[in-house]
Amino acid sequence: MSAEMSSPTTAVEAAAAAAADPASAEAVQVARDLTFVEPRVGVAKPDAVLVVDGVQRRFGGMTAVDVDHLEVQRGAITALIGPNGAGKTTLFNLLTGFDTPNQGSWTFDGRSLAGRSGAAVARAGMVRTFQLTKALSRLTVLQNMLLATPRHPGERLGLSWLPFLWRAREREATEKALEILARFKLDAKKDDFAGALSGGQRKLLEMARALMTDPTVIMLDEPMAGVNPALVQSLLGHVQALRDEGMTVVFVEHDMHAVRHISDWVVVMAEGRIVAEGPPGTVMQDQAVVDAYLGAHHDTDLGDDALLDPAVLARLEAEATGRQSAPETDHQEEQR
Amino acid sequence: MTADRPTCRPRAGTRGRRLLIFLAALAAPALLAVAPAQAATAATDATTAAAAAAACRPDDATACVAVLVLGAENARVPDAQATITGPGGFTADVTTAADAVAAVAVPQPGTYTVELDPATLPDDAPLPDGAATTVEVTAQTGSTARAAFRVGEAAAAPAPSATASGLASGSGSGSGSGSASSAAPGGTAADDAGGAASEGDAATGSITPAQVWQQLGSGLRFGLLLALASVGLSLIYGTTGLSSFSHGEQVTLGALMAFVTINAWGLHPVLGGIVTVAVCAATGWLQDAGIWRPLRRRGTPLTQLMIVTIGLSITLQFLIQLVIGGGSQRILTSNPRPVTVGPFTLTEASWWAMGIALVVILGIAAFLTRTRIGRATRAVSDNPALASATGIDPHRIVRIVWVMSAGLAGLAGMLLGIVFGSFNWMMGMQMLLLMFAATTLGGLGTAYGALVGSIVIGLVVELSNLVLPSDLRYASALVILILVLLVRPQGILGRRERIG
Amino acid sequence: MEWSRILTQVLGELVAPTTAAYALAAIGLNLHFGYTGLLNMGQAGFMLLGAYGFAIASMHGASVVVALLVAIACGAVFAAVLGIPTLKLRGDYLAIVTISAAEIIRMVGRSTMFDDWTGGSSGLRGDQYTAGFQALSPLPDGRTTIGPLTYLNNGFDSWWLRLVAWGVVALAVVFVLLVTRSPWGRVLKGIREDEDAVRALGKNVFAYKMQALVLGGVMGALAGVLYTLPRSVQPDGMGRSMTFFVWTVLLLGGAATLFGPVLGSMLFFALYMLLRAGMRVALPDGFVSATQIEQIGGMLVGVTLMALVIFRPQGILGNRKELAFDVR
Repeated sequence: MSAEMSSPTTAVEAAAAAAADPASAEAVQVARDLTFVEPRVGVAKPDAVLVVDGVQRRFGGMTAVDVDHLEVQRGAITALIGPNGAGKTTLFNLLTGFDTPNQGSWTFDGRSLAGRSGAAVARAGMVRTFQLTKALSRLTVLQNMLLATPRHPGERLGLSWLPFLWRAREREATEKALEILARFKLDAKKDDFAGALSGGQRKLLEMARALMTDPTVIMLDEPMAGVNPALVQSLLGHVQALRDEGMTVVFVEHDMHAVRHISDWVVVMAEGRIVAEGPPGTVMQDQAVVDAYLGAHHDTDLGDDALLDPAVLARLEAEATGRQSAPETDHQEEQR
Repeated sequence: MTADRPTCRPRAGTRGRRLLIFLAALAAPALLAVAPAQAATAATDATTAAAAAAACRPDDATACVAVLVLGAENARVPDAQATITGPGGFTADVTTAADAVAAVAVPQPGTYTVELDPATLPDDAPLPDGAATTVEVTAQTGSTARAAFRVGEAAAAPAPSATASGLASGSGSGSGSGSASSAAPGGTAADDAGGAASEGDAATGSITPAQVWQQLGSGLRFGLLLALASVGLSLIYGTTGLSSFSHGEQVTLGALMAFVTINAWGLHPVLGGIVTVAVCAATGWLQDAGIWRPLRRRGTPLTQLMIVTIGLSITLQFLIQLVIGGGSQRILTSNPRPVTVGPFTLTEASWWAMGIALVVILGIAAFLTRTRIGRATRAVSDNPALASATGIDPHRIVRIVWVMSAGLAGLAGMLLGIVFGSFNWMMGMQMLLLMFAATTLGGLGTAYGALVGSIVIGLVVELSNLVLPSDLRYASALVILILVLLVRPQGILGRRERIG
Repeated sequence: MEWSRILTQVLGELVAPTTAAYALAAIGLNLHFGYTGLLNMGQAGFMLLGAYGFAIASMHGASVVVALLVAIACGAVFAAVLGIPTLKLRGDYLAIVTISAAEIIRMVGRSTMFDDWTGGSSGLRGDQYTAGFQALSPLPDGRTTIGPLTYLNNGFDSWWLRLVAWGVVALAVVFVLLVTRSPWGRVLKGIREDEDAVRALGKNVFAYKMQALVLGGVMGALAGVLYTLPRSVQPDGMGRSMTFFVWTVLLLGGAATLFGPVLGSMLFFALYMLLRAGMRVALPDGFVSATQIEQIGGMLVGVTLMALVIFRPQGILGNRKELAFDVR
C-alpha cells in the first residue's frame, strides 16, 4: 500500500524539479514561497487569496464539513484530496456559493464571500467547474464559450433586441473565445453541439469556458474524473499552464497520483476535516494522512491489520486532538 | 453521499397544521379582497346570500333548488314565476324577488326541472327568442342548485350547449341560456369549479361553534378521502419522479365505474366497490405495461412523460364525457340518512366512507413498513440505483405502485362520488389540484406527507367555507399551497434537497 | 359543395383571431418552456387575467391604450408573484404553482364575491369593453371578401380584428427573433440546459428566469385580450383545458423554434375544424350528436398530444438535437 508513497520527495527537491522544468519563473517563485511554509494544518501562507475560517456544514446529525482554518496561496496550484465522502465537493460548494454552511466565514481577496450567491462568487473572480461536467449540450461549443463572457451588454434584456449596441462586444468575445478554444484544441469543434464532445473534451470545454470569465481563482472539481487516460496528461498540462499565467488553481481530486506531479500544495481532507496539508511530497509521507486517507477509503482492504491496531488508533487520535483543540466527535459511517 | 435524516419531529406537523388553518382564515380574504370598494360589494352580496339562505338552508339532509332570473347587468328580475318539478311528483311554485334568491327545499336529491313562465316576465325583459324555458338542475343534499335564466335584450344568443347544461347540473349554479360559447376548443371544453361541490354556502352571518364542528367533520372526511387518492400520486412521484396529471381522471374513473356497477347494474355497493377497485387497478396495470414502462425503457425524460400524462388526462376526460355526458350522475340512488356522532352530523355513507378510507390508509402504512415489497417500494423511492443494486427490480415495484395507485384513486373516486351525492366528468380534474397541493404540502414523494397534506387541505377547504363563499373553497386551499411553498418549500414532512 | 364549405371553414380558422390569440399565447409559452425550460402550466391564467384587466379597465372608462397597459401590468405582476416563491425551486414546483394560481384566478373570477367587477360565472359580455377598440378601426364599414373568405370590416368578428391580432403576432415573432438570437437568449438557453453551470459563470439565473417568465406572461396576457375581443370574458372557458391546448399548439409546431407556435396554432385549429366538420358530414345522421363530435374531437387532441410528445417531441419545425426537453 505504500508503493506510491515511497519516493521521498521533499519540498526543496520539488522546487528544484520545478526549476529544472522550463516553466515560468513565476511558478518557481510560488514553489519557493511555499517551501518555507510549515506543513501544518491551518498554517498561514505568505500571500493568501482565499482564507477560510470555522466553516461547518451539517446534514442532519452528520457533519459533512468542519474546517477550522485554511489559507490558499495566490498563484499556486492547491490540491484538495481525500477519500470519497471526505467533504471535498461539499467544501467546494460552500466556498463557491452553491451551498450554505451552518456557520463560518471566508474571504476572497480580502472580501467576505459568506452568504453570497454562486453567481456573485463567480463575478468576484472565483470560478468553478463541476465533477459531472456541465457542458451545455444543446448549445454549440462556441456558444458555450460566449455564454461565459462577463459584463456583456447584450445579456441585458433591455438592450438585447438592439444588436447594434452589443455587436462590438460580441465580436471581441468571439475572438477571445476562439483563441482559448485553439489553446485547448477545440477550435475545430466550435460549431458542434457540446453534447457531441467526448468526456475529456467536455472537461476541457468547461475549463476553457471558465477562463472566459478572466478568473482570479479557478476551482476545478475532479477535472480528471472520467477522462480517457490519454487525455489526462494534456489536462494536467493545461492546469499547470493556468498557474503559469498567474491564476490560482484549486482542484479536488481523490486520485493521489495525478496530484503529486502538478500541485504546489496539498490539502488532505477526511471525514469533513482537514487532516494535513503541505507540499505533495511531505504530505504523502505523513503516516497519519496515509492512515486517515485509507482508513475511510471505500475500497480499502479491510484485512489490513494496521488499521485495527489499537496503538495506531491511539496515535491517530492523539494526533487529531493535538492538532485541533476540539475533541474528536463520533463520525457516522453513513457514506455511500 | 450521506443519508439525510428527517429532522422534523411529528409535533411540527400538528403545529404546522394549526398554523395553516389560521393562515387560511386570515390570508385568503386578505389576498383576494383588494379594494375597499370591492369589500363593500362583497358585504352586500353576503347579506343577499343570507336572505336566500333563510328561505332554504341546505344542510346534510336538505337540498335546495333556487331560481334566478337575471336581466341586464346581472340584476335580479323580480316577480317572475317558475315551477319546479321533480321525482316523486314533487312540484313547487316560486316567485322571484329583487333582493333575494327564490329557493325551496326539495324532499330528495335528484334531477329537478325548473320551468319559467315567460308570461310573468316584465315587458322590457322578455326571454330571448329561442331560449329554453326549462332548465334541469341536480339537487344534492347540502347545497343549493341554482337554475338561472337570462332575459332581456342584452342576453346573448341563447344556445344551452352541452357545456352549459353540464354547468347547470354540475355546479349547482348554472345558467339556462349560456352566453355565446365560442367555437374554439377552449370554450367548448370549459372547465368549471364546484363540479363536485357538496356542502352549502356557510358564509352567512356569525359563525357558531356547531358550524365549526360540522365543517371540521366534513374537513376530516374530505381529507381522508383525498388522502386515498394523493397517496397514490405521491407513491408514483416517489418511485418514478413523475407528476401524473392523469391521476385526476383515475379518480373520476372510480366514480364512473361505481356508477356503472352500483347504479346502472344494480350491484350491492360492496360488490360494486370491489369490481370498481379491481377495474381501476387493472387500468393502472395496463397503463404501466402499455405506456409508462416502454417509455421508461426508451429513457424518455420526465418532462416529456409529464406532458404525456396531460395528453392522457385530456383523452380520458373526453372519453368519460362521452360515456356519462356532461351532466352529473349519482352512484347511490337511495336517500342519504344523517347519523350524528358527537358533534358531527354526516350521512351514513360518509361515516362508512371515512371508515373505509381510514382502514385502507392504515393498510397502506402497514404495507409500506411491514412487508418486503412495501419496504422495497420505499427503497426505490429513496434511491432507485441503490435499490436495484440490492436485488430489487425497480420495474416490478413501479408496476405494483401503478396498480396500487390506480386502485386507490378508483376507491377514492367512488367514495367521493358517494359522499358528495353526485359526480361529473370534472370531479377528478378538480381533485387533482387539491392532490397536488396535498402532496406538495406534505413533501413531494413521501406517503405520510401526502396523508398529512390531504388532511390539511380537507380541513382548509371545509373550514374556509365558514368565512368565504363556497365557490372559493378550493381556491383557498391553493392559496395555502402557494404560501407554504414560500415558507417551507420542502413541505411539512419533506426534507431539504441537497445540492452537489 | 359540402366539402368546399368545410374547406372554407378550415381556411377561415387559419386566419381567425382565436388562432392568432393561441399563437401569441404559445409564443409566450415558448419563451418560458422552449427557451428557458420553465414549466408554466398556467398560461390560461395569464390570458384570463389579461382579459379581465383589459375588459374591466375599459368598462371603467380607460382608453384602449391604458386598458392594454393594465392587461400588460396584470400579466407582469402575476408572473412576478408566481416567480418569486418558485423560481429558486425545482421545475415541477413552478408547474404546480402556476396551474394552481391559474385556477385561483378563474375561481375568483367566477366567484359571486366579485360579481360587480367580473360578472361572476357568466363573465363579461364583449360589447361592454370592445367599443374603444372598434372605434380605432380605420377601415370603412361594410364587408370585404378576400378569396373565399368574407367578413365584416368592423365589428366583433371582423377584418379589423384579424389585422390587429396577426399584427401583434408578427410583432411578437420579430421580438422573439431578436431577443432569442441575442446573448440574452443564449443565457436563457444555457439556463434551460443546466442552470448551475450558468450560475457558476456569474449569471444571476433567478433574474433571467424572472425576465423570461414576465415576458412570456405579458404575451399570455395580451393573447387573452386578443382571445376575448371577438367574444366575451368567460372564466370557465379559460381554464386548464386552454393551457393544455396552448401546450399542444406549441409542441405541435415545435418548442424552441421561432415559427413553431404560429404554425402549430394554425395547423391545430385547421385540423380541429376539419376533423369536426368532416365528422359531421361524413358520419350518417343521428350516428353521433354534435356534443359527441366535440368530445371525440377533444379526445383526439389528447391522443395527438401524447403521440406528439412520444414520437416527435421536437414538433414539426424542431431540431431533434436541440430538443427543448431536458435530458437529465
